[in-house]
Amino acid sequence: MEAYQETNFFATLFIIFISAGLTNNILLARFLGMCSCLGVSKKVDTSVGLGAAVTFVTATTAALNYLVYYYILVPLGLEFLKLITFIVVIAAFTQFIEMVIERYSIKLYNSLGIFLPLITVNCAILGISLFMLNKPYGFWESFAYGLGGGFGWFLAIALIGGIREKINEKFLPEGLAGPGITLIIIGIMSLAFVGFSGMIKI
Amino acid sequence: MGTILTGIITATVFLILMGLVLAILLVLAEKKILNYGTCKISINDGNKELEVQGGASLLSLLAEKNIYIPSACGGRGSCAYCKLVVSEGGGQLSPVEEPYLTADEIKAGVRLSCQVKVRNDISIQIPEALFKIKKYRARVEHKKVLTHDILELRFKLLDPQTIDFKAGQYVQLTSETYKGRESVMRAYSISSVPSEKNYIELNVRLVPDGICTTWVFDHMKEGQEVTLSGPYGDFMLSDTSAPMICMAGGSGMAPIHSIVNHMAEMNIQRLCYYFFGAQQQRDLFYLEELRKLERDHEWFTFIPALSAEPESSGWTGFRGLVTEALAEHFDDLTGYEAYLCGSPGMVGACEKELKKFNVEEDKIYYDEFA
Ligand SMILES: Cc1cc2nc3c(=O)[nH]c(=O)nc-3n(C[C@H](O)[C@H](O)[C@H](O)COP(=O)(O)OP(=O)(O)OC[C@H]3O[C@@H](n4cnc5c(N)ncnc54)[C@H](O)[C@@H]3O)c2cc1C
Ligand code: FES
Repeated sequence: MEAYQETNFFATLFIIFISAGLTNNILLARFLGMCSCLGVSKKVDTSVGLGAAVTFVTATTAALNYLVYYYILVPLGLEFLKLITFIVVIAAFTQFIEMVIERYSIKLYNSLGIFLPLITVNCAILGISLFMLNKPYGFWESFAYGLGGGFGWFLAIALIGGIREKINEKFLPEGLAGPGITLIIIGIMSLAFVGFSGMIKI
Repeated sequence: MGTILTGIITATVFLILMGLVLAILLVLAEKKILNYGTCKISINDGNKELEVQGGASLLSLLAEKNIYIPSACGGRGSCAYCKLVVSEGGGQLSPVEEPYLTADEIKAGVRLSCQVKVRNDISIQIPEALFKIKKYRARVEHKKVLTHDILELRFKLLDPQTIDFKAGQYVQLTSETYKGRESVMRAYSISSVPSEKNYIELNVRLVPDGICTTWVFDHMKEGQEVTLSGPYGDFMLSDTSAPMICMAGGSGMAPIHSIVNHMAEMNIQRLCYYFFGAQQQRDLFYLEELRKLERDHEWFTFIPALSAEPESSGWTGFRGLVTEALAEHFDDLTGYEAYLCGSPGMVGACEKELKKFNVEEDKIYYDEFA
């Protein structure tokens, strides 16, 4: 604790980033953002694509929502509207990102396919924006928290994608193929991540 | 009290403003970012070229240029009517399309045109027949009860005033919105003859809770105007002189009715047996008319088959399924052509039976009312 308070600004940001990503992994320790993870984690490259998109959206919306919350909602006394406001901001922003990806990287757009709209309803993104309000963060800390949280999700889905690529589903009992085995993998992985939890307090 | 009220008002105003601002931003962004400029659609190896504003689906861009591709789901990618060959520039196959295409179709470049977004110049193949498809305004001349669940609709074509179709083809009727249900397009076979160019008739069977049929039965009024498009489909009389077996059930009557009346009119004297399946006498329609046709024409035989007619009734015709009626009349149909129309279940059963009697697979034509 002592050491943490004395470190300089960038070190603080770095610690927030690492802890949000590893010790409090949003997917493996908090189980948020499951549906798109189950859907898209079949291959590493689509996982990485979606993971990168989610990281980007999480970080930017955390920053955006920070500004919206502290500069619009709080002054107006409308803190109780944060849930719906955040949802709308995230939805609009992902819509925007979807357009940009469609226009400039048709390849990514095609490989994310019908899962792109899933970013909109990815609860990990909303989760990060809401959790960040529980902490006494400033703007940059919130951004780092969002970036870290998104990165954690990215890391988790990329790892799961890697494992799933190596699994030959032909050898699985029928009911276990797809989401079944994925949930089991996630369960085992989360045991490891639970081990990290509490290592850094943020 | 006052503070609660201001709270509610600020919250409402805030939510409305936020929605408005974000919506406007998104619309602007869409205009700016998803602007693909003018794209060229080259049709049938350059026979025809269209310039369109990119960014929308191939289906809708073609419709803008008055080329109507069949579509029953309104472009949601669930009917697979809108298949077209895209030879160049169609982009990657989307996961929505995949389940509707066979491996051969994928190889040939077949796509669902409602799912292909035009982002660049694109080359496609459109069968010549589709260029004949037009959109019509038509007036409902009458709604006549044929049976307890089938109506005859007669439309007068207003704009354009005439239609050129082949007996057996169908039109698409656009339903209007009612009671919160959406406007949909549904296929209905034309039951009138091609020589009558200013009118078309349809036989519509009520599907319980069906969107379009409920509209037709309960909301469409005689005298009102509706939108149709057509003609669609390749279910039609072949050019051969082979003897024919026609089999239909329920509203599957429509295209066969058109075909046999057309044959009578044009004096096409091909041997033709028409098996019509229904449950009871109350499900039969056009009975007198078809019996008269049978009396007047040597080549035509009409065989209605009732599967659930009460024993005690005075019905002297065939009792049983259409497939059983077929088996009673024939044991070898080598050289015959078959025309089937009705529900997928009925069509499937008839097809199986016909193959048993040596009708060649590519001589069995059918329209499934799915
Ligand atoms: C080439 C072609 C020609 C056709 N010609 C005719 C015709 O001449 N006369 C005619 O009445 N219909 C015809 N149909 C069927 C027609 O297009 C519609 O599918 C039907 O009228 C139901 O539309 P709806 O909007 O009322 O029902 P929907 O709202 O589409 O469907 C309601 C429910 O009923 C089910 N359903 C849909 N269609 C049927 C059906 N036919 N039987 C039982 N259940 C069904 C659906 O799965 C759904 O659950 C034809 C279809 C095709 C493809
Ligand atoms: S219009 Fe129905 S699938 Fe394309």
